[in-house]
Amino acid sequence: MKLTPGARNALIAFAVAIVLPFVGHNGAFTNFLADAGAFVLLALGLNIVVGFAGLLDLGYAAFFAIGSYAFAMLASPQFGIHVPFWLLIFVAAAIAGIFGILLGAPTLRLRGDYLAIVTLGFGEIVPQTFLNLAQWTGGPNGIGSLDQPVFFGLKFGFDPLPYYLLILVLIALAVWVANNLRQSRLGRAWMAIREDELAAAHMGINTTTTKLAAFAMGASFSGLAGCAYASKLQLVSPDQFGFNVSVFILAMLVLGGMGNIPGVILGSVLLSSLDRFILPQGTNFLHGLGLTSVDLTSSRFLIYGVILVAMMLFRPEGLVPSRQRKAELHAAEIDEKAALAEQELYTEAIS
Amino acid sequence: MEVLLQQLVNGLSLGGIYALIALGYTMVYGIIELINFAHGDVYTLGTFFSLAILTLLGVTGIVTGPALIVVVAVTILGAMILCGLTGVIIERLAYRRLRHAPKLAPLITAIGMSFILENIMLYWHGPSPIPFPQVLPNPEFALGAITIQAKQVMVIVLAVVLMIVLQSFVMNTRLGKAMRATAQDKDAAQLMGIDINTTIALTFLIGSALAGAAGFVSGVYYGSTWFFNGFAAGLKAFTAAVLGGIGNLAGAMLGGFLIGLIEAMTTQFFGDQWANIMVFSILVLVLIFRPSGLLGESLPNKV
Repeated sequence: MKLTPGARNALIAFAVAIVLPFVGHNGAFTNFLADAGAFVLLALGLNIVVGFAGLLDLGYAAFFAIGSYAFAMLASPQFGIHVPFWLLIFVAAAIAGIFGILLGAPTLRLRGDYLAIVTLGFGEIVPQTFLNLAQWTGGPNGIGSLDQPVFFGLKFGFDPLPYYLLILVLIALAVWVANNLRQSRLGRAWMAIREDELAAAHMGINTTTTKLAAFAMGASFSGLAGCAYASKLQLVSPDQFGFNVSVFILAMLVLGGMGNIPGVILGSVLLSSLDRFILPQGTNFLHGLGLTSVDLTSSRFLIYGVILVAMMLFRPEGLVPSRQRKAELHAAEIDEKAALAEQELYTEAIS
Repeated sequence: MEVLLQQLVNGLSLGGIYALIALGYTMVYGIIELINFAHGDVYTLGTFFSLAILTLLGVTGIVTGPALIVVVAVTILGAMILCGLTGVIIERLAYRRLRHAPKLAPLITAIGMSFILENIMLYWHGPSPIPFPQVLPNPEFALGAITIQAKQVMVIVLAVVLMIVLQSFVMNTRLGKAMRATAQDKDAAQLMGIDINTTIALTFLIGSALAGAAGFVSGVYYGSTWFFNGFAAGLKAFTAAVLGGIGNLAGAMLGGFLIGLIEAMTTQFFGDQWANIMVFSILVLVLIFRPSGLLGESLPNKV
């Protein structure tokens, strides 16, 4: 069987990712890998919505919250319900996907920027509702002692390693699904809508259902991530799903390259490392130099803000761009150049 | 009934602040079709600037007599100028280059700018709430069963006056005409000799200056602020702008007062924790069922 270069690289990356925790062999490092993996999964989901279909979703953490809470309510002492993990992970993905449709159905007809603000509002409403409905959700304390997955009699326990491997399998699944979707009729319809919605509609694409599919698919990825993340953390609480989280995931896409799967994974890993390693280590280093008042970790949101602005101004296609997306984002410049060239021809002709 | 009337007063004064912020959203959206996410943070910055000016003036408590007028005028004008300049700088640095880019790009930049401003304010005064000095003497007037505070009257009067000044500026001056022309068709306006860049910068200047005024008022009204204040307030003010019809100045005012009323009533009858949910649900419902708002005209899709 011959592999395409892309598939070969993906397999190599997957193999490296499996070996990584055994090389480090350090609980904290594996723990970091597992958390970073959950965010890769989230970034891959948001990439379908923002990267493929070009719909700016600023409340993506809400679906993450819904997936996590679905898991927490159906696999914890909260209601005494204990649905097996392997079934629940699909249930949670489906529930998140259904909420994607519920939010999307009325709102996806809106203009792009209105959609952004509606999703932002939704992202505020969901955690606040979980906070307010204390009799079911535990209010500010959230829901704790969630069930741990059991794999053929092997209990996952508190070691992060099995969770990491689980998340890795989910990522592989997500990459496979996203990549196939991208090349499918649906994926091409998404990109057509992203480039020019009006033209796409005139070509016979049903823009509402197509956009709805992107929303549902993206949301269901976050349901998977929510399940894995909540079971690893053993806890869900409303403060894990704020606007900050939505913007954190968006910054991963913007940094890595919207619409490009390897780029999104890279951006996600980079930002997670920044968040968990580079800033705390940098702070320690500066403290070692005697600058004890400096705390870089409190600047993380400043850094995300700067990333968003700087990337959009200077490299909107991201570090590892998708070729198509790059062309779209620089279309204005190309038009301008063409106009200038035309003008020159004209001045030459009349002189 | 008394409760209802009392909440009506509270809601209107709350709404005055939202209305002032909403004017900035609506002006910027009207002219370059950008949701300026950073606008809510410019408003908080207005409170921070006001606080700095009051500290410079050495004001820590209630001022009376002619000094009051001087202090209020200096602080409000100072906050307006500083916020206006902030708005112009943001437009120049972050938005101007992206004027012809796909819609997604300036929106993402605006979110980034919002984060940057919030963090600057975090460095400035730290993460805890900051007390704002009670500058105004605050006599209460009893009107039947309800009480009206002087600062509530101030908010409403200031909001209405600034709105009237703005409306007449936009409708009756050359610069206002240039703004309306730019909003309608940038290319045609440019061909008519209007300097688009200056006009857009002017829009940001005025919109942000109004947010600065709102910032001062909110400091006096609430007696405290914090770096994250602008996020929720900005979202509510944007809701107000959409509810009134985005791009429409009178609509922003109407929307602001309505949102203030809705918030006050929700707090009264369902509790504080449902107020945000109510306002954002209204945002979603208005966008779905009447995206042109109460006073706006529907926008055709531009090809």
